[in-house]
Amino acid sequence: MSIATILIATIFVNNYVFARFLGICPFLGVSNKMETATGMGVAVTFVVTLSSILTYFIQKGILDKLGLEYLQTIVFILVIAALVQFVELVIKKMSPTLYNALGVYLPLITTNCVVLGVAILNIQEGYNLIQTIFNAIGSSLGFTLALILASGVREKLELADVPEALKGFPIALITAGLMSIAFLGFNGLI
Amino acid sequence: MKLFKIFKNGIINDNPIFVQLIGMCSTLAVTTSVSNGLAMGLAVVAVLMGSNLVISLLRNSTPEKIRIPAFVIVIATFVTIVEMFMKAYAQPIYQALGIFLPLIVVNCIIFARAEAFAFKNGPVASLIDGLGMGLGYTLALVTLSTVREIFGAGSFFGIPLFGESFQPAGILVMPPGAFIVLGILIGIFNVARRKKATSEI
Repeated sequence: MSIATILIATIFVNNYVFARFLGICPFLGVSNKMETATGMGVAVTFVVTLSSILTYFIQKGILDKLGLEYLQTIVFILVIAALVQFVELVIKKMSPTLYNALGVYLPLITTNCVVLGVAILNIQEGYNLIQTIFNAIGSSLGFTLALILASGVREKLELADVPEALKGFPIALITAGLMSIAFLGFNGLI
Repeated sequence: MKLFKIFKNGIINDNPIFVQLIGMCSTLAVTTSVSNGLAMGLAVVAVLMGSNLVISLLRNSTPEKIRIPAFVIVIATFVTIVEMFMKAYAQPIYQALGIFLPLIVVNCIIFARAEAFAFKNGPVASLIDGLGMGLGYTLALVTLSTVREIFGAGSFFGIPLFGESFQPAGILVMPPGAFIVLGILIGIFNVARRKKATSEI
């Protein structure tokens, strides 16, 4: 698969939120305001790319060599949790401004299934290092796009007259459904 | 009596999907058919009961500061056990659930129960809490997948329900249907709960 195909496929056609259902919790949790959505998106892009590269080397260098593939889930989640802590420490030391912008989102990322999902899918699809990196970038950009689009709609939705029972999460889910229908239109791209 | 209250709490009053709104990813993804929804629900019941029990037994010897990594390891171990078990004895379901089986590790329900319940309560109560929450999750999954399978594919557990002339609404088994049906179900659940609350007053 060429790099362009991977990017288009992961951002639009197989968008992680609308078509693959990964990262729904943060999608519903932080898509209230455009500003927080962008912050979360940047933090996720950063962590997903780093963790994909790291888990790729761990899978090829350690797990495959020693025949320990069945430990994949345990090892990957530990690596991701440690990585998130590490990134938090480094950013805090190096750039307090960036830390203030991303700080709150970083701990939340450990339990974001996009991170573990992308790491496992990279291995399952048999991508090489370059494809892994672009798959990670594409998927997290797709996630960010979904977050920003949804936050735009939800900012307007706060002023709308929604039936009492549907206020909050239910209407957010229905909105996401309608956006997902729009994303189905990208199906013919590849 | 108290144990029954904990059990009922998980299924109805604090239902993880309809009330707490956590663990959405797998809920939306695997509910294309009732059998997938049921299998996913039972897998979560198994993991939740196991992790709640072990975390509760270890709660006095786990230092407060490293509890999160400890939870992660316990949960990941049980997920791996369930994954290997399904791979050996239920290959078709294993294939259908795919990536969402290892992703049980990051399902917020399991973390939330470990942190909010198992770390503070005894092993028996924790086991019952795991069972109740897991069954509450299964109930939500089965409800959602029943609606989606009957109207989206015209079948139930893979058995066709209607005649040849039935045109299923295919959109319901596609991704958008999951969002819309779940949104409406939570709305209905809200209405039902509000009615009950006002009648009790």
